[in-house]
Amino acid sequence: MSSEEVKKYVLDIIADVAPDEELDGLKASESLRDQLDLDSMDFLDIVMELRKRHKVEVPSEDYGQLATLNSCVEYLTPKFA
Amino acid sequence: MTNKYDAIIIGAGMSGLAAGIRLAMYDKKVVILEKHSIAGGLNSYYARRIKASKEIINFDVGLHALTNFANKGERRRPFTKLLKQLRIPYDDFKLKEQTFSLIKFKSAALKFSNDFELMRSEIATVFPQQVDQFDKLVNYLVEYNETDLKATYISTRSVLETYLSDDLLKEMIIAPLLIYGSAWEEDMDFSQFVIMFKSIYLEGFSRPVGGVRTIIELLIDKYQSVGGELRFKAPVSQIKADTHVKGVYLADGEFLESQKIFSSAGLPETFSLLNEAESLKSDIGKMSFTESIIVTQNKQAIQNYKATIVFYNESDKYLYRKPDTLIDTSSAVFCLPDNYELENKDGNGTARITYMANYDLWKKLSKAEYLAQKENVYHQANKLTQKILGQKVDCIFKDVFSPTTIERYTGHFSGTVYGATKKTRDGQTSIPGLYIIGTDQGFLGIVGSMLSGISMSNLYGLMES
Repeated sequence: MSSEEVKKYVLDIIADVAPDEELDGLKASESLRDQLDLDSMDFLDIVMELRKRHKVEVPSEDYGQLATLNSCVEYLTPKFA
Repeated sequence: MTNKYDAIIIGAGMSGLAAGIRLAMYDKKVVILEKHSIAGGLNSYYARRIKASKEIINFDVGLHALTNFANKGERRRPFTKLLKQLRIPYDDFKLKEQTFSLIKFKSAALKFSNDFELMRSEIATVFPQQVDQFDKLVNYLVEYNETDLKATYISTRSVLETYLSDDLLKEMIIAPLLIYGSAWEEDMDFSQFVIMFKSIYLEGFSRPVGGVRTIIELLIDKYQSVGGELRFKAPVSQIKADTHVKGVYLADGEFLESQKIFSSAGLPETFSLLNEAESLKSDIGKMSFTESIIVTQNKQAIQNYKATIVFYNESDKYLYRKPDTLIDTSSAVFCLPDNYELENKDGNGTARITYMANYDLWKKLSKAEYLAQKENVYHQANKLTQKILGQKVDCIFKDVFSPTTIERYTGHFSGTVYGATKKTRDGQTSIPGLYIIGTDQGFLGIVGSMLSGISMSNLYGLMES
């Protein structure tokens, strides 16, 4: 799985979890929480969707790894392999 | 085994349905058990035929107002969070905003609306010496973390005392929040006060077109579309547990197995299903109410009055407590649901009048006395309607619910509406796997109940698996 594909999966999930957000101008190295109206409930949904759609598990101690789009991709790509 | 579930939810009210949606959305095998044939619990509806016009009208039970109004796309609002979590589009709720509401005491009146500036300017006019302190209070409330699950009881009156010196203003601010949510007499838990203050004064009132039925149907449709099972006429007779919950017995003897039970029945009520009711009897709330519905063909009279809800009090001191008489007519909530949609001139007009009531006295009445007393409540409500509207209105349909009606339909001991005086903020009980959702978890109102179901199912149904 390429990191571009993982990035697309993550963006697809964010688009469903936060349907009112504009994702086009998202900066990959900056905090998702600061750029989008995401709270801890939304991050839970991102984790739940990763499990549901891609059978990828993110244990709660690793939630911090999902802070930016880049860190998501870096953390998740090996899990998709 | 087919009757083994990842989670069992007791009650298809707002919290149970919301919890069910979350769990079923993430592929949990979940069943909601509802003892009635209609969902909604404390916020439900029923239909009656109006003899004069032969039309059938749906009446809401409970809902005067959906609190926590937010505009479409408005960020960081409880209502917006709820929509995201349930994946229900904003427009599906078909919300109509209030015109304004009125806190009407003997020597002063204050208007408020979904624009907080109205309330602030009213206070600046009526209580000019207090407005700076009021602003400080509001700033404090805005920053307060009222949803902290570890919060313990703090007296609201003691906090208000430190900010405001005018007794009348304090009474007027607290009155609507007490009667729209306090399980305690006279005072309320400060974190609940903050929740209510934000949801009513800072965010405001709206109502879905079609009333509470619109919300219930949206929730049921969503729940079933994500694969949840909903059983009506399925009362739970016992929760089976030893060191951990094991499942529930239904009244017909069927056993449903699960390691997780989310109960919206209320805290003492849930424990009675474990045969441990005695230990929690002292926590049963004292506050119950009567509600009168008056339907008139003179909708014009109602719409001319313009206000949506009036918090009426005959004196300057607000008594929020179980009365010594069947009802207390010295205060009332007077709701005109037609005034959420002033542009709709069609049909009849409705007034709903809530009085505080004494459950024990209602419970003691014989059948004949009960009917006579309900008639008396209607007459009092009708008198108040004429007094407030300033004109006589014809009545083509009336109905009155009493504390015993509430008890019968909701299963809440003593006909409580805001539940027990003991809340379990983190949703946990002494029994692992048994969680409390809804009013007795401590979030209030329709939006609060749904958020309770969402947050407890997230915490114990999704994160812990």
